[in-house]
Amino acid sequence: MGKPVNTSDRLLAEIKERSGQEVNACIQCGKCTAGCPMVEAMDLLPRQVMLLLQMGNEKEVAVSRTPWVCASCFTCGARCPRDLDLSSIMEAVRLKVLRPRDAKVLSPGDLSVEMLKELPQQALVSGFRKFSR
Amino acid sequence: MDYLYFPGCTLKGSSAWQMENTALEAVACLGLNLQELKQWQCCGAVYPLSEEEIITLVSPARALYAAAESGKPLVSLCSACHHVLKRTQVRLLNDKETREKISCYLEEDYPGEARVLHYLELLRDEVGWQALKEKVKNPLQGRRIAAYYGCMLLRPSREMCFDNPERPRIMEDFINILGAEVVNYPFRIRCCGAYLAVTENRVAEDASRKIVKMALDSGAEEMTTACPLCRYNLEKTPEAKQGKVKISYFSEPLSEALNLEVQEVKP
Repeated sequence: MGKPVNTSDRLLAEIKERSGQEVNACIQCGKCTAGCPMVEAMDLLPRQVMLLLQMGNEKEVAVSRTPWVCASCFTCGARCPRDLDLSSIMEAVRLKVLRPRDAKVLSPGDLSVEMLKELPQQALVSGFRKFSR
Repeated sequence: MDYLYFPGCTLKGSSAWQMENTALEAVACLGLNLQELKQWQCCGAVYPLSEEEIITLVSPARALYAAAESGKPLVSLCSACHHVLKRTQVRLLNDKETREKISCYLEEDYPGEARVLHYLELLRDEVGWQALKEKVKNPLQGRRIAAYYGCMLLRPSREMCFDNPERPRIMEDFINILGAEVVNYPFRIRCCGAYLAVTENRVAEDASRKIVKMALDSGAEEMTTACPLCRYNLEKTPEAKQGKVKISYFSEPLSEALNLEVQEVKP
């Protein structure tokens, strides 16, 4: 094995800064994926996100649907034998997409009047907290 | 004993007022005094998962500082509020740099640890199951109730310290005490889809439907929860809409079992 490429080093350092997590500690056992309740709606499995991040493949992760259907339920982290908190890693990926462009994945205009009326406040606050900056 | 009560945004809105009404009536009956925290503000609904995000911890920290200064435990009903308050307290305890930054924002010295309790913990650890049982005037005999924990109360367990994260029993013990029949089923700690209801409602509906179907297949007539968003998601399932299963806040069967007449005061 040669020295890891720079893009990977930079990406993993950035993720660590935000999440406090060592992506390289992942051993690809797939426990996160086996327990994930949203996995059917994901294009990349949680385990594959970890592998792509290890390889420095930022592009593929950034366009993936997976971080956006992660509901931060913390099941993956509860079952990871390496004690990795994947919810925080997914958050770091979301922030990487949301922050630099000041992108708003969700804006109030996206919601119908009916939804605004019936969604509990908790859903609106958490939705806007997670999907806009 | 005296406690401070943190209601949170959803319990004061149109979605979860019945959780507050029933729970507050019940504690009065149990001889506890829950005083609403003055000038509380929204906890933020989600705990910030990015370590660099400090400002969003200020609001829950403000409630924790006030509770610590009063010397009273801080009790909440909404599982999201409890999650955010508890994790913020753990962070304040263990992370000196964050604690100092937050104290700068609040222009207040850190007053020490506040005890953060969920209402169910209050029943289990402060009131005690036996004392609660003695207050049950109207046992819910023959009612088949399934506990739905969701995520926020249990995980991450190292910080929440609520119950065994994979095999919790607090809600089952509670249902038992009320005289109802506990329905055991595998998906009681599985995520309902949470705030994906806002952006990916099909995903949230699929997730919730799996849980509801499993509870129904296991013989449940009612599912009870402490989370307004869980309740919303479970109620959106066709099974709940068709009336095959009733979704309640845990404090509703509690007030029934205590035979309380709760005034239906909507906000």
